[in-house]
Amino acid sequence: MEAVLAIAIGALAGSGVWLLLRPRTFQVIIGLTLISYAVNLFIFAVGGVRVGADPVLGAATDPSHYADPLPQALVLTAIVISFATTALFLVVLLTSRGFAGNDHVDGEDGTP
Amino acid sequence: MPYGLISTAILFLPFAAALATPLIGRGNRRRTTWLMTGTAGVCLVLSSLLFPGIADGEVLRQSFAWAPGLGLDFTLRVDGLTWLFLILVTGIGLLVGIYANYYMPREYPLVRFYSLLLGFMGAMLGIVLSGNVIQLVFFWELTSLFSFLLIGYWHHGKSARDAARTALIVTVTGGLCLLAGVLVLGHIAGSYDVDAILAAGGRIRASPLYLPALVLILLGAFTKSAQVPFHFWLPQAMSAPTPVSAYLHSATMVKAGVFLLLRFWPVLAGTEAWFWIVGGVGLATMLVGAWSATFQQDMKGVLAYSTISHLGLITMLAGLGSTLGVVAAIFHTVNHATFKASMFMAVGAVDHETGTRDLRRLGGLRHVMPITATLAVIAGAAMAGVPLLNGFLSKEMFFAVALGANHGLVLDALTVLVAVAAAALGVTYSLRLVGGAFFGPLRHDYPREPHEPPRWMRFPIGILALACLAVGIFPAWVVGPLLRAAALSVLGAQLPAYDLAIWHGLTLPLLMSVIAFVAGCVLYIAGRRRIAARDSTPLIGWTSALHGFERVLGFLTTTLPELQAKIFPGRKLQVQLLVVVVLAGIFGFLAVRPLPAAAAPGMHVDPAFALLWLLGIACAIGAATQAKFQRMAALILTAGTGLVVCITFVWLSAPDLAVTQLVVESITTVLLLLGLRWLPKRIRELAPLSSTARYHRVRDAVVAIGIGVGLASLAYAVMNHLVADSASRFYLEQALPGGGGRNVVNVILVDFRALDTLGEISVLSIVALAVFALLWRFRPAAESLGSTRRREIGSVQGEARADRARRAWADQMMLPGFLILLVVPVITLFALHLFLRGHDLPGGGFVAGITVTMTLIVLYMAAGARWVEARLKVAPVRWIGAGLLLAIATGLAAVVLGDPFLTAYHGHWSVPVLGDIPYNSALLFDLGVFAVVSGASALMLVVLAHQSLRRVVPAPDAPRDNGEAES
Repeated sequence: MEAVLAIAIGALAGSGVWLLLRPRTFQVIIGLTLISYAVNLFIFAVGGVRVGADPVLGAATDPSHYADPLPQALVLTAIVISFATTALFLVVLLTSRGFAGNDHVDGEDGTP
Repeated sequence: MPYGLISTAILFLPFAAALATPLIGRGNRRRTTWLMTGTAGVCLVLSSLLFPGIADGEVLRQSFAWAPGLGLDFTLRVDGLTWLFLILVTGIGLLVGIYANYYMPREYPLVRFYSLLLGFMGAMLGIVLSGNVIQLVFFWELTSLFSFLLIGYWHHGKSARDAARTALIVTVTGGLCLLAGVLVLGHIAGSYDVDAILAAGGRIRASPLYLPALVLILLGAFTKSAQVPFHFWLPQAMSAPTPVSAYLHSATMVKAGVFLLLRFWPVLAGTEAWFWIVGGVGLATMLVGAWSATFQQDMKGVLAYSTISHLGLITMLAGLGSTLGVVAAIFHTVNHATFKASMFMAVGAVDHETGTRDLRRLGGLRHVMPITATLAVIAGAAMAGVPLLNGFLSKEMFFAVALGANHGLVLDALTVLVAVAAAALGVTYSLRLVGGAFFGPLRHDYPREPHEPPRWMRFPIGILALACLAVGIFPAWVVGPLLRAAALSVLGAQLPAYDLAIWHGLTLPLLMSVIAFVAGCVLYIAGRRRIAARDSTPLIGWTSALHGFERVLGFLTTTLPELQAKIFPGRKLQVQLLVVVVLAGIFGFLAVRPLPAAAAPGMHVDPAFALLWLLGIACAIGAATQAKFQRMAALILTAGTGLVVCITFVWLSAPDLAVTQLVVESITTVLLLLGLRWLPKRIRELAPLSSTARYHRVRDAVVAIGIGVGLASLAYAVMNHLVADSASRFYLEQALPGGGGRNVVNVILVDFRALDTLGEISVLSIVALAVFALLWRFRPAAESLGSTRRREIGSVQGEARADRARRAWADQMMLPGFLILLVVPVITLFALHLFLRGHDLPGGGFVAGITVTMTLIVLYMAAGARWVEARLKVAPVRWIGAGLLLAIATGLAAVVLGDPFLTAYHGHWSVPVLGDIPYNSALLFDLGVFAVVSGASALMLVVLAHQSLRRVVPAPDAPRDNGEAES
């Protein structure tokens, strides 16, 4: 399981970085989305990969019986914040497109 | 303790009133004025009540625990010096408030003006009341901010904006130096408490860190008090409304620096460094200010430089190191505040009545404004130091201090010489100011017909002129006790013997006064025509600290970035991102250390999981390749990856994350879909790849693969070396007993780490508002407007056709639309369910908030933006505000109950019949989170969706790319 998840994180991050370096704003947004998936999964993985652990406290008193809540709490807010940043980037993209007349990240390539 | 209560009230009343002004005074000038003057009046009365407590050198203290762990208390400290400033700040504040009501144009409601003025007053009171140096710096910077807003009050004018910016940059930079200085001071003394620092004077002066601390603190004081070479912001700040100048440059803003010098005089003074720096700067400032003031043609310009000169005098008095100097400095601070404030107001009255402040265009106003002229003569005479007025007394004292100095013959002679010269120039410019405006023949070419200003505009000038006279004639009786209390609080047992009398006999200071007076008069009579003909100041006119400042600013904001662009590989974002990514990769690689061999993971690989991720990775790579030409496809593929991530969360025991990921994924996709419409078309066949682009792709692919492999290995290593005993154990053990919830993730978010969550929802709110603001003036590219059916909207024919199309669309969508509408209440109910169970089962405010937004999306999709906006009044900004307020209020409730901010309470209520009902205050906090999240996400979606209603408006100022071919 660990190996699969690690490869997945690497693949998502790689795709994301490649897109991040592209010249078009939409590519950059998609790239950032993919990178945020990778990072969220990475933070989540720091708590350990557990199949079938209880996420909610039950009768058992042994902490190892449960999934690690801390990375989950971190990732939960990260998901919501990444939505907000995506929205912000999108709007910046649209505004820059409106001003510059093209969708190049530098706003100055001449072609629409 | 009534004294503590009073000082607390004095500090908080102005701020409360500043906040209340927009609520109470909106559109009602009378009420606004009453609120401002009333607050200042109450503060003045309250301040005067404190006098019996400090009259004999006692200190009143009131402390609130602030950050006890760091040894910081929020302390209000009143001693004689503080008390004097309290009276000046509130008293002159009251007079300025009255004056402003008559000075400011009638059509302005003055809500912003009075609110800022109150805020400034509060900040100024905060400085003088601070019993803790960090707290002092906080209020110090606050005055800089408020003065920025006040100086730039008429922000339509470029000069006001520039002046405000200059003042802000200079004083805030000084404030930062001051912060560093007090940190050093606190470090030496071992405490940030003012009393502790005052008690550690000897230790501080002996410390090797004394000089850095001194220089940093003096930088703060000198920038604020407009000392050479930082004086240039003050004359520029004359573009502020005159009441603001009267307040900031007489009793408050610039006197903060003086206050600081006097406050720390017992600690920092008495060394060579203090004498040379403070004395030298004060001497230079006094002379430069007086010389420049003589050659100004603008009445406010004269007053500005005169203020600089008098501040230099006070600084020099503090710098000489003698105890009598301190007494004189305090005395002159009071005197200068009274005569300068009244002088500013008199000049404002002239400006108000005639429409000009240019001395060359004024004259003879005593014939039409006799009362104002009389008052101005009194204030001007006080400024010049004429006997029977307060300015004379402090000048005598100053001469006595200068004569008593004992620093070697040359220095002493120089001090005396400069003192007399500055006093003579003071006589000259006072004569020019008063004589030029009010005496001589009456002129008839004023922009306005001058009359005596309204009675209540003269009233504050009259009160202050009366104060000048009263102090000047009965000094011992009027200011004796106050001066003694203030001097006692600085000097303690060192208080020297001094005599507040008008007549000391035929003494050397009196002779100096006479010389200065005669010299000033001669200079005025002999040189007035030549002075009036000059446009610049002789001798020092070519130097301009302002130009130097602008050059530094230009270097920092233009030259340096250009240089950086030259050195840094190109200004292109792509290149910079590449550098960032590669550097991150390199540093990541360098940080790698060999790990101990780990036990092989015991879990087998589930083929289904591997297959799932095969799909997920394929989606991600597909999205990467398609994002340029097939945006829609790329978007769907990205969403596919998101779903795989979501399933992964389910698989790996994180249901909370899975639910959140699912709903966020959905609304992100909708959001991007809404945005797609405004992007330019891109067709693969039309854009063949150049060889450079091909090279870039290969290069970036190498970088991306490197990063991917690195991160994968890192992740693998981390997963095999889990931290055995992390903080998680605490949360798992304490969630139920401490937080009252079984869903540990939710308990962490709304209880244990509620402060972090509060920060996050604040960020979310800010981002949503930023999105809103950016789209407010959104100008889409013309071609995107024209590229759909909507191109036809605008002509009658086209409108009809579009209408038909819309109806056909509506017919198609009828059944799905109906079904969707049925789903809406179900989703809402589900959101409520998610919210309520959040503490014990997967769910909570975050996910419930986004789920509620989904109902809105669904409605927009089913019925169209027009339909929804016609029927549903969505006010997401209010949700955001309400949510933030609720979250903060929940936290503050705990403070009121005596617990730390954001403490949550839980337990059970026993209710007959119903039995035990559990309650948890964290639920209220979560409700705030819910409101913010739903409001923020709804706001972002709604403003974007609303753009679809945009029409092609044939605006004359169409966007730049209007001429672009519509291909």
